[in-house]
Amino acid sequence: MNLARNFVENFPCFSIVLCMVAGILSTPIKGNHAKRITLLVVILVTCMSAATFLYVASTGTSFVYTMGKYPAPWGNEIRAGVLETMLATVFSLVMLFSLLGGMDHVFKDIPEEKINLYFILVDLLLSSLLAIIYTNDLFTGYVFVEINTIAACGMIMIRKIGRSLVAATRYMVMSLIGSGLFLIGLAMLYDITGHLLMENAHLVMNQLVQEGKYSVPLLVIISFITVGLAIKSGLYPFHSWMPDAYGYSTVSSSSILSSLVSKSYIILLIKIFYRVIGFDNIVNSKIVDVLFVFGLAGMVMGSVGAIMAKDIYRMIAFSSVAQIGYVYMGIGLETEAGMVAAIFHILTHAITKSLLFLAAKGLNNVSGRKRVFYALQGSAFRNPLAGVAFLVGSLSMVGIPMLSGFISKLLFATAALGAAREKVLITLIVLAVSTILNAIYFLHTVVRIYTPVHVPEEFKNVHVRVSKGAALAVFSLICMNFILGLLSQPITDLIQVGIAMFA
Amino acid sequence: MSRIRDNYEDSLWNRLTKWVNGESDPFAGKMEMEPLREADYVGDSVYNPERLDKKKVLKYLEDTEKNQEIRAFRVLYNLSSVALCLLLIAVLLMAVSYLPVLGDPNGPNNNEVSARYVEKGMEESGAVNMVTNMILSYRGFDTFGETCVLFIAATCVIILLRKSEEEIENAKETDWKYEPKPDAILQKITLILVPVIFLYGFYIILNGHLSPGGGFSGGATVGAGLILYVTTFGFHKTQRFFNEKTYDMVKVGALSLYSVTMIYYFYTGANLIENHIPLGTPGDILSSGMILPINIFVGLEVACTMYAFFALFRRGGM
Repeated sequence: MNLARNFVENFPCFSIVLCMVAGILSTPIKGNHAKRITLLVVILVTCMSAATFLYVASTGTSFVYTMGKYPAPWGNEIRAGVLETMLATVFSLVMLFSLLGGMDHVFKDIPEEKINLYFILVDLLLSSLLAIIYTNDLFTGYVFVEINTIAACGMIMIRKIGRSLVAATRYMVMSLIGSGLFLIGLAMLYDITGHLLMENAHLVMNQLVQEGKYSVPLLVIISFITVGLAIKSGLYPFHSWMPDAYGYSTVSSSSILSSLVSKSYIILLIKIFYRVIGFDNIVNSKIVDVLFVFGLAGMVMGSVGAIMAKDIYRMIAFSSVAQIGYVYMGIGLETEAGMVAAIFHILTHAITKSLLFLAAKGLNNVSGRKRVFYALQGSAFRNPLAGVAFLVGSLSMVGIPMLSGFISKLLFATAALGAAREKVLITLIVLAVSTILNAIYFLHTVVRIYTPVHVPEEFKNVHVRVSKGAALAVFSLICMNFILGLLSQPITDLIQVGIAMFA
Repeated sequence: MSRIRDNYEDSLWNRLTKWVNGESDPFAGKMEMEPLREADYVGDSVYNPERLDKKKVLKYLEDTEKNQEIRAFRVLYNLSSVALCLLLIAVLLMAVSYLPVLGDPNGPNNNEVSARYVEKGMEESGAVNMVTNMILSYRGFDTFGETCVLFIAATCVIILLRKSEEEIENAKETDWKYEPKPDAILQKITLILVPVIFLYGFYIILNGHLSPGGGFSGGATVGAGLILYVTTFGFHKTQRFFNEKTYDMVKVGALSLYSVTMIYYFYTGANLIENHIPLGTPGDILSSGMILPINIFVGLEVACTMYAFFALFRRGGM
């Protein structure tokens, strides 16, 4: 019966393995060829993910793909629903644009003989992102979390300036603590359920909860998995690695790290919540309240950090802390609407943050490579495209209508109204405060870069040459921002369908 | 009557008398010895990062006696980290005490999953070694991922530590760090040991489907053999048969063949197309379908990676 399986259903598996093969084949070749292979692979993966997305959306059901000849609880399998394929498509698109936008800097920042190694990391990172999105098996999830961590670490340190090495070390320590907690949680989960496959573990889990067995280990498992993944994604008190890691790596790395890597852990967490432990059990365990509180704290403290920051990259990095806070706050609302808002914000942030990093790099290029604000004055006139990109990104993050950031804030606010009574008011207040703080730091930068200034002699002869790829990348990211902002209804509908498919 | 022999200097008797009189050292030039560094004799005026007094620097940076804030922070920091660790230990110990007893036949993890691995593993995947069956056949995707973890870890170490040829050439004066001095005892023993270690490593790899072992452990053994060889004979000799090019070729070849096998396995398995890799009779050396070749690929990759780690840490190149 399965012989009639549609060929499209092979695509998720193909895209994961294709990235790995591309990484392996990039070892002995020159940087330039590795770059071409990587771009080709990312484009192919985008097309395949989009095709799978269309296929799943048209059939209206998710499908399971066994990796090998052994079925469910014995072998590995991956699973693709509407949400997974949509995320895979958006992630690979963002990856493509981040790479295109920062390509010139990759070749400038990294020693020539190591450029192919950078593309190996990118390939494997993409494969791990896809595998984390598609996985239907807890241990597969862990294996690819490992690949993700190591690749991200390598992408930070490959620049090999002092600060990036320190940042990589810090990132590695924090990330490994997260991985360790996550692994301990998984091991105990396996011990009480006897399954690593999500569906079977979920069945056993429901039984255990009904019988009231193993309630203590269950609580420990839930908290270890949640805290582990929260540390890895940089939830507020664990954010100290973020500013340096994003601020001092090459621009492609920072935009990929901030917009994709930290999000993939949140997606894995959401998957585990829905597909393994069960969202009701999660709500009963009160762990979401913890996430809610830290999310709120992150929303304010990240913004405060961004206001205090003295250079533009650190400002954007601190803004990521705030945005991760938003996502966890949405999860913490305990409602489906909150979850939809959180996932929508993941998309918004992925698109906007990569745009902001690329734009900041463009502005920085025409300001004598200085990162402090006073040097950036008037830089939007010197590099108009980067100026517009930064403007759009900032307005979107602040939440101006027509842009995607507005929709996520709207969704968060509506979701808050449907949440438990004690959470309504505090959510709305913190949302408002955080929006104002966002506006303070983003708009002051926008005003700064659009303030005309007498051009100093040293910049007079600076000719900005924006490569076609970078221009295309920035332009497409701006377009995606508008698409998310203007066509939000179908997208939120799809997210809802996707969450329903999780169950 | 007697006359001094022509090669009297080399004669056994002369060398013995010299040694008795303390005029020569029989091991000179035959043992690895650390030459005295000039820097050891220069006064403090010469900057030498290895002799930098770290305590002094720290004291200069964070004068805890005068800066009470840093001091309080440090005390608090240490105390809270200890408290956190104790808390974690307590939580974990408590949780473990509630977990099912290990080896309980009615425990949750003695279910249909492990039952099939044990009962049908040999017949379905063709390997006598159940663990190999499980990791390479049933859960082949995870293991492919794990191999990629090793691959990407090696890539990261290369990023961090690889020096360009020029840098290695320029470091000639401190070459005793990289190239061992010939040491007769070590070399003789290594010459006897290395072939045995290699053989044993290959045995573990090739017998992975029949007895405990497999690609990962066998590869580590072969890698240890390579490391022993290079510590004894130096990089110059090792490069004659194992240099960066060989490393790249072996690793890329093994990994790409591995991925081709896996793609074939995934594609045929998921689409229920007939898998043309014969399983053979369980127990034969040529059996177990794709498990044997995968063990070989993994073994080669692991051996290369082990050696690469050592070479990069020691010298910054292969």
